[in-house]
Amino acid sequence: MLKDITLGQYFPGSSLAHRLDPRTKLMLTVLYIVILFCATSFVSYGLVAALLAVGVKVSGVAPKALVRGLKPILFIICFTAVLNLFYTPGDELASFWIFTITRQGVATAFFMVLRITMLIMGTFLLTYTTSPIALTDGLESLLGPLKKLKVPVHELAMIMSIALRFIPTLIEETDKIMSAQKARGADFESGSLLDRARALVPVLVPLFISAFRRADELAVAMECRCYHGGQGRTKLHVLRYQARDYLVLLAYAAVLAAVLVLGRFGL
Amino acid sequence: MKPIIRVENLTHTYGENTPFCRSAVKNVNMEILEGEFLGIIGHTGSGKSTLIQHLNGLLRPTSGRIYLGDRDIWADPKKIRDVRFRVGLVFQYPEYQLFEETVYKDIAFGPKNMGLDGKEIDRRVRSALAFAGLGEDLLEKSPFDLSGGQKRRVAIAGVIAMEPEVLILDEPSAGLDPAGRRSMLENIRAYHQQKGTTVVMVSHSMDEVAENVERIVVLADAGVVMSGTPHEVFSRAQELLDVGLNVPQVTQVAMALQRQGVAVDPAVYTVSALRAQLAALKGGRA
Amino acid sequence: MSEIIKTEQLTFSYPPDEGKEPVQALHGIDLTIAQGAFVAVLGHNGSGKSTLAKHMNAVLLPGGGKVWVSGMDTSDEALLLEIRRRVGMVFQNPDNQIVANVVEEDVAFGPENLGVPTDEIQRRVAAALKAVGMEEFTLHAPHHLSGGQKQRIAIAGVIAMEPACIVMDESTAMLDPCGRREVLDTVKRLNREKGITIVLITHHMDEAAMADRVVVMDSGNVVMDGPPREILVRTEELHAIGLAAPHTVELLHGLREDGFDVPLDALGIQECAEAIARAL
Repeated sequence: MLKDITLGQYFPGSSLAHRLDPRTKLMLTVLYIVILFCATSFVSYGLVAALLAVGVKVSGVAPKALVRGLKPILFIICFTAVLNLFYTPGDELASFWIFTITRQGVATAFFMVLRITMLIMGTFLLTYTTSPIALTDGLESLLGPLKKLKVPVHELAMIMSIALRFIPTLIEETDKIMSAQKARGADFESGSLLDRARALVPVLVPLFISAFRRADELAVAMECRCYHGGQGRTKLHVLRYQARDYLVLLAYAAVLAAVLVLGRFGL
Repeated sequence: MKPIIRVENLTHTYGENTPFCRSAVKNVNMEILEGEFLGIIGHTGSGKSTLIQHLNGLLRPTSGRIYLGDRDIWADPKKIRDVRFRVGLVFQYPEYQLFEETVYKDIAFGPKNMGLDGKEIDRRVRSALAFAGLGEDLLEKSPFDLSGGQKRRVAIAGVIAMEPEVLILDEPSAGLDPAGRRSMLENIRAYHQQKGTTVVMVSHSMDEVAENVERIVVLADAGVVMSGTPHEVFSRAQELLDVGLNVPQVTQVAMALQRQGVAVDPAVYTVSALRAQLAALKGGRA
Repeated sequence: MSEIIKTEQLTFSYPPDEGKEPVQALHGIDLTIAQGAFVAVLGHNGSGKSTLAKHMNAVLLPGGGKVWVSGMDTSDEALLLEIRRRVGMVFQNPDNQIVANVVEEDVAFGPENLGVPTDEIQRRVAAALKAVGMEEFTLHAPHHLSGGQKQRIAIAGVIAMEPACIVMDESTAMLDPCGRREVLDTVKRLNREKGITIVLITHHMDEAAMADRVVVMDSGNVVMDGPPREILVRTEELHAIGLAAPHTVELLHGLREDGFDVPLDALGIQECAEAIARAL
């Protein structure tokens, strides 16, 4: 059933990774991605892998969960690997029919797979250790300066947190409407692709109508609780950087520096 | 009367093999007799919604069997759609499932899925509309322009139009005002009398169940705790209160009278029945 | 006693559908609600009771006439926030008024909007959750709660704004008997212990019976107004406008016709039974 889908992928916990300020974790993730893209050699990739390993260890997230997270994009990974393998020009290693495998191809494919895998795992580490609300709060705070450029940062954050709030409600509702239509003989499981798409109309129409009704009622309820945009708003929880936040940021910066220096020496 | 639906050792567990594992119904055995008007009551979380979704094959038992007539409904899973046509289920707040442009088309959705021809569909739509207590002037209107009560009736008509052998209604009067509730229940009662088919009404309101049905099944904590005629069930009113159900005010008054030593039968649930008892008592004393 | 809400010749019409006449929902309502009162507003669907409620904190603005909240004119936009802080509103559908993903965040929503300092918000959230008996759910996700619990969270969200009045706009209509009892017990306690004015919009007679005052509406007019013992015994009038008297009253009525000497206003179960026992 739809209800069984886990959302947000957040694993509650109290590890160091969980306790870091969400803004720190967002910055770390960006830093991590930069480092990953600066890495060009075995040595520097080794360094990034070590960084990831430490992150996983500290967060207490089961490595298995991280690997499982890769499943949905396995296809993309393989596809990229195959493309790189066959279409990179260079010194020929083997050749059959119209395909040629080159030394450079093997190297590129290998690093490409490594890069995507580590990229995904690194970002998962963020969502596994940070609740969606903390993430929203962190984003709002980090993007705060953009308000001066008339970017509606508060509104975007509010939209995101309301979306998070209503996803489970709408999933439940979808489940219910599907059951109700099935009770009238609707068939969602057989027929051509077109038939199946058409069969969704009796689900989508009530779902949209209900979503609009909810939005309407929620807007009134929010106004009744004195909501008038982000102006003059205070917060129940104020984000504050701790010593650990600075230390971890510093460590990541050091790794970035190391990777850059290594790159200078062609390593 | 012979049973039309038989539930045998039904257990349904949600989220098996997860930390949220929970049995919503557990070892339920019950029968629904052909042609009867049955009430199923239980508080929220007693398993009644899960139970009724098994009766038309929307949910598949974790263990146990459901028989419709003599056949296990899951004997041939490919034919489960036919079970849904024979056992019509009206969900709680069914007005939220309307989707067509006109009332006519929405009511016709079920019969169309059954593969009936246009003439038969037309007959059924009109007859269902009448049973649901609506006029034919509504047929070409958009269901979204109707009042809340009318929408609900259209949704109920959409199930009645499949002409099921068993009609199950989950809280058909929830959220209606007293007048709306009364007329909704009158329509359901009239449907049962005129059609003569089996009707099952699920509710948490003892008042409306007691006054309308022939037999009651009480659910609590995922299982059947009582069943019988309203009189039999209400003679155990204290147990109903103990499992978190409320009993009608009249029954509570009768129970209070009995506590004060007045010789009334507390198994009453209508004003007129208690009034008659008390009048007889007074007559006897005078 | 001072008055918290006052309406004077209040009229209101909803904008009409295309090509139709506007529907007038309120016909000149004069109503005064005293600070600290527990008032039930009864009426069938479409009687105008919800429309009236929505005027009490400026969700709707008068088409004609005036509405004052603690002397503040609701049509004065500059006073809007203060009016809504003072008169909180709890709606029918519990799912559509909870904003946040965590209970405490939701309760904090009102004070956050009002710019209350952080440590004061934390104090208020804790106090509000305690007042509705939901303190153990502080960190829960609202969508896992029961209907009654969700409504109590919504009440806590209003209380955290430290209001003088809570309007319950059919807030019990979608709940089962257990949920209804939870919510009603909560508002009754808030009324008695904290002196918060309660306006309960409902079509349930037994809920009206627990109020100090019952206002009955029919087609946009106030047709009855008084203490429950005077209003709920008017069986025939109530029937005529699509409502039902409590079963206790119906029973006492019937017994009177049978020659019993019983009062009509023994609304409660126990007092009804005692009155009958005496008359036997």
